[in-house]
Amino acid sequence: MISYDFDYHKPTAIQEALELFQALKKQGKKPVYFSGGTEIITLGRVNELVTDAVIDIKAIPECNTYKQDNRLILGAALTLTNVLDLQSFPFLEKAVAEIADNTARNKITLGGNICANIIYREAVLPLLLTDSRILLASLDGLTEKPISELFHQELQLKDGELLVQVMTDLEAIQLPFYIVKKRRQWGVGYPLITVAALRKQNKVHVAISGLCSFPFRNKQMEDSLNNEQLSIDERIEAALKHIPATVLDDVHGSDAYRIFVLKNTLRDILRVLGGAENDG
Amino acid sequence: MNWSIGKSPTRKDSLEKVTGAAKYTADFIGAQMLHVKLAVSSHAHAKLKKIDTAKAKQVPGVHAIILGPASPLTGDEVKDRPIMASDTVRYYGEPIAAVVADHPFQAKKAAELIEVTYEPLPVINSPKEALQPGATLLHKDLATYEKIPHVYPEANTNIANRTKIRKGNISQGWDESDITIEENFSFSPSDHTAMETRCTIVEIKPDGVVHITSSTQAPYKIKKQFAEIFGLEEGKVVVHAPFVGGGYGGKVATQLEFIAYLASVAVGGKPVKLLYTREEDMVSAPVRIGLDASIKLGATKEGKLTAAEITYLIDSGAYSDKGSMLTKAAAATCTGPYNIENVSCDALCVYTNHPYVTAYRGFSHSEILFVFERAMDILAKKLKMDPLVLREKNVFLPGMTTPTQTVLNHSTVGNLPNCIDKLKDLMNWDEGMVVRVADNKLRVKGISCSWKTSTISGASSGVVLLFNPDGSVNVLSGIVEIGMGTKTILAQLLAERLKMDINKIHVQMEVDTKVIPEHYKTAASRGTLLAGRALLKAADDAVSQLKHIASHVLTCSPDDLEVGYEKVYVRDEPETFVQVKDICYGYEFPNGNSIGGQVIGRGNYTLRHLTNLDYETGAGKSGPEWTVGAQGVEIEFDTTDYTYKLLNAYSVIDIGKVLHYKAAMGQVMGAMSMGLNHASAETFQFTQDAIISSPRLRTYGTFRYGDHPQYHVHFFETPHLDGPYGARGVGENGLIGMPAALANSLSIAAGVELTKLPLTPESIWRAKEGDEEK
Amino acid sequence: MDENAITLSINGRDTTCFVRNAATLLYILREKLGLTGAKPGCLNGDCGACTIDVDGEPMKSCLMLAVEGEGKKITTIEGMKQTTIQSQFIEKFAFQCGYCTPGFIMNCHALIQKHPDATDDMIKNWMESNICRCTGYKEIEDAVKTALRQANQNTDG
Ligand SMILES: Cc1cc2nc3c(=O)[nH]c(=O)nc-3n(C[C@H](O)[C@H](O)[C@H](O)COP(=O)(O)OP(=O)(O)OC[C@H]3O[C@@H](n4cnc5c(N)ncnc54)[C@H](O)[C@@H]3O)c2cc1C
Ligand code: FES
Ligand code: FES
Repeated sequence: MISYDFDYHKPTAIQEALELFQALKKQGKKPVYFSGGTEIITLGRVNELVTDAVIDIKAIPECNTYKQDNRLILGAALTLTNVLDLQSFPFLEKAVAEIADNTARNKITLGGNICANIIYREAVLPLLLTDSRILLASLDGLTEKPISELFHQELQLKDGELLVQVMTDLEAIQLPFYIVKKRRQWGVGYPLITVAALRKQNKVHVAISGLCSFPFRNKQMEDSLNNEQLSIDERIEAALKHIPATVLDDVHGSDAYRIFVLKNTLRDILRVLGGAENDG
Repeated sequence: MNWSIGKSPTRKDSLEKVTGAAKYTADFIGAQMLHVKLAVSSHAHAKLKKIDTAKAKQVPGVHAIILGPASPLTGDEVKDRPIMASDTVRYYGEPIAAVVADHPFQAKKAAELIEVTYEPLPVINSPKEALQPGATLLHKDLATYEKIPHVYPEANTNIANRTKIRKGNISQGWDESDITIEENFSFSPSDHTAMETRCTIVEIKPDGVVHITSSTQAPYKIKKQFAEIFGLEEGKVVVHAPFVGGGYGGKVATQLEFIAYLASVAVGGKPVKLLYTREEDMVSAPVRIGLDASIKLGATKEGKLTAAEITYLIDSGAYSDKGSMLTKAAAATCTGPYNIENVSCDALCVYTNHPYVTAYRGFSHSEILFVFERAMDILAKKLKMDPLVLREKNVFLPGMTTPTQTVLNHSTVGNLPNCIDKLKDLMNWDEGMVVRVADNKLRVKGISCSWKTSTISGASSGVVLLFNPDGSVNVLSGIVEIGMGTKTILAQLLAERLKMDINKIHVQMEVDTKVIPEHYKTAASRGTLLAGRALLKAADDAVSQLKHIASHVLTCSPDDLEVGYEKVYVRDEPETFVQVKDICYGYEFPNGNSIGGQVIGRGNYTLRHLTNLDYETGAGKSGPEWTVGAQGVEIEFDTTDYTYKLLNAYSVIDIGKVLHYKAAMGQVMGAMSMGLNHASAETFQFTQDAIISSPRLRTYGTFRYGDHPQYHVHFFETPHLDGPYGARGVGENGLIGMPAALANSLSIAAGVELTKLPLTPESIWRAKEGDEEK
Repeated sequence: MDENAITLSINGRDTTCFVRNAATLLYILREKLGLTGAKPGCLNGDCGACTIDVDGEPMKSCLMLAVEGEGKKITTIEGMKQTTIQSQFIEKFAFQCGYCTPGFIMNCHALIQKHPDATDDMIKNWMESNICRCTGYKEIEDAVKTALRQANQNTDG
């Protein structure tokens, strides 16, 4: 139950949403875009997210797009279940299938997960690895950019900017991938760590969630993992040196245990996606 | 022929429960009702310097804000707990203030605006810390607290109770032993996690009658406590217990009812509802015990146990609530179902700055068995003996004496050797405990035996049977329907006794303490014994009334009559009869004369011959009978990352008599699942300051569909002569051996003695890596 | 207190009621409309006790604002009449305390409607959304699998 009150708006066009956002700000309000709303409702309940105006983006047609030509376009307001049902991006599907549970996925949206406050944002991992692009809307117009350019710890949105769509080349969608979510225990829940990997041009690329307080893909880490001069274990040791921030130590597991699990997982990845050649 | 016993008639609450019609406390909604929300402590131990409610009072819709009064103090055995913290908070989440408002969101908003200034005090984060010399005292006035006899708080310590067991001669026991083992075990408190969070509605009517509707397992206890604590007349306290959404012991405690009463008083008696959030239900409400234990066992080369020396430190949290009785139960059951001539055990109820504890399904037994049954496996390993063989050599048999020096007989204890034999068979024991199924995968078995009694005294139950004009019967019993199906079982017992169709027996689901005879409390697996016996007595009472009236109608002695098939008939001439429906409201003769009136059967039952335990030796009769069982788990273990799957779980239990087959199966499987869940995932995680991290279902680790193993359950029927049709308690036995069995299988699989719960892959990794470092 | 009138289609009937924008659908169903079959268990999307059916999909009504419900077809346990899954829950003893039951039934029912041919993996995937603390899930498994089998027979002809 949320103890504060907020306005509720449901625009039917991008422009209308953007203008509403600015108009509400002018009135001194703190508007937020409301997609699935699952995070706004659950964090709102404990006052970790406070707002006085929500702008529901689910009636905006562009945010509900699904198109496939030479690339796949997914609207930000598609639910995770929609993404799964479309069966057109196996890597992303594998990632979102492990987020929350089936019923919650009927409400959680793709854009909401990418923009969420939650530290995991697991849907981002395949998008980072497939060099996907995102379409953003602001009063200056629409801009399309590689997600890697804008996602640093979190998606760098300007105030009032709206994530409209995610685009991925079909070629990238075809590439071999591997993703595994390890939990503290049993089959549902937040990750201890989630590690995603993609093989492209004989190199393994890796993105990780749950290890630090944000999901990331790190170039030096990937270089180490692909360093054919080294044995598998040496590569992994070298990669660990490039973890970009403090390793989490929380209710899901200690930092040391996360590293233990990460090592095992990286070993599996190198085994499955190649790179084991020099493991003499 | 069996009319109903042993079969699985449809549950009487079925249609209500599958249609959403079944009403739980929070489902009672009224326009007049006001809502209460709490402000709770963000510290585990602190002085309350200032509570500022000025901003909170400004919130529209707020009627009143109540702070914790210093008195009266509450508590089941030791009165050590204020209704809400008054000058000191002793655990994280402890209620400090309550706001009453028109709507829940207003009460919540106001509660959020209450500003509390704390002065932090040193925190006690485990029973061991609490017993250190010079440890901060959580209850300086412990010596002066009101308490019941036979609970022994120790002044100027953090010990709320101590139960000692001294059986035989311990030094002689060590002399006789060839081999000894010693080990320490521990785990933190955890949560009951009933799906219904606790809720209560309190209203004081103009005539002063206090009505309490509550999600409680113990409505009659609330009635007594209200009278005692608030100085009310018992006749003016009425408790309603509608359907309860799971309790597992956690709803035996009275807590929010007291707060809601003060809230109702503050608003002139208007009805107020207090519904705990999940977070409050997990940490503000009472929880399950934690434990620090050390154990030393001695045995001969042949595997005969000769001595056991045990210390159980029960983490009771900030207050003792049921902690002192849990301590007594731990001591009374301290050796598991094994005969040991020389036993020395001290069980201590220890205050810490953790949430306080109350009963939990199994009432200490699963916690103690985790320790004892792990120790048995460690001993078996040292003896190089099959762990089941070691157990077979030592199990309790009729004629042996329990740790509290009660002599067991063929009725009071079930047949454990039978259970062990059957378990071997079900688990394919001869195959061996470890089977390698892949390079890094092992299939591993672990076992445990169990026994359970309930160490309650003064427990009684009453039943009233009201006949309807059509000859059908209404059953009134104070048992709360918390899911066990006991009310359906009462209907079965009556159908059996009256040889009538169970569909003509109507059970009253909701308990109303004003009109329904008392049932002690719906806990400790005693529902069937107590209420069942009371029901049979009420049935006999009704039968004799029916026979009496019929004897006039049929002009014969009542002794010649039988009741059955909805008739009263002459025993050796069944064609001479009168229909029950024609006499159960009296009988009118053709000439207009009438005799009799509505038949009302009455019966009650009290546990007999239980005694308190002697303070020095623990001698005494602690419970009515012991249900025994043998249990096992089979896992698939990954030797690289220490993850595992639960493949199979086994329970062979001597339940005396299967009354309702599917209800018994459901109880046992549900309990097994709960035991495995606790052992594998559940715990509170405390920071150094005893703050609980993330008290949410999202991170707590409750099993979901698919986490569960395949269940294998088998029942034996060694009758308990006092039980209805020989039945024993069964609600808890499925649970209590599971943690030990799982820990035993994982210890074998990982090749390291696991001594802590829960058994997550990380905790196994820790034990293992720590082991390698040694 | 700011409340707006909205119209919800619930169990085949249109109902107009006044709601705060911040109120969840669960709260409005229970407190304003007296439909208390959907239960609060966590208000955090974790337990599934509040599950209802929205346009043929199971939905945790604590994760949805009442205002989001406008224009949608909402079914609660009170709108379920003598369905196979209800009788299977009774038949298989798939409940004890019954608190999780309405949520489970709504979830099962949506599964049966949407995927009468659901595989074991899909059943698990759906059923994971709800917590039952009383049963060991075995009876729920039996109930949903039998109901699916019956649904399958019906669709097959
Ligand atoms: C039961 C449960 C389990 C969960 N388990 C996991 C898990 O295992 N892993 C995981 O990663 N997450 C998990 N989550 C968190 C979940 O991912 C978030 O609640 C969800 O991603 C938020 O999505 P939403 O569509 O509901 O977003 P909303 O609540 O609508 O929005 C979230 C945030 O993003 C902003 N936003 C949304 N859409 C846009 C947009 N198009 N443009 C700009 N800003 C936008 C909003 O303003 C808000 O700040 C779980 C949630 C639940 C309820
Ligand atoms: S109350 Fe909605 S999921 Fe728990
Ligand atoms: S029946 Fe009690 S929680 Fe499922």
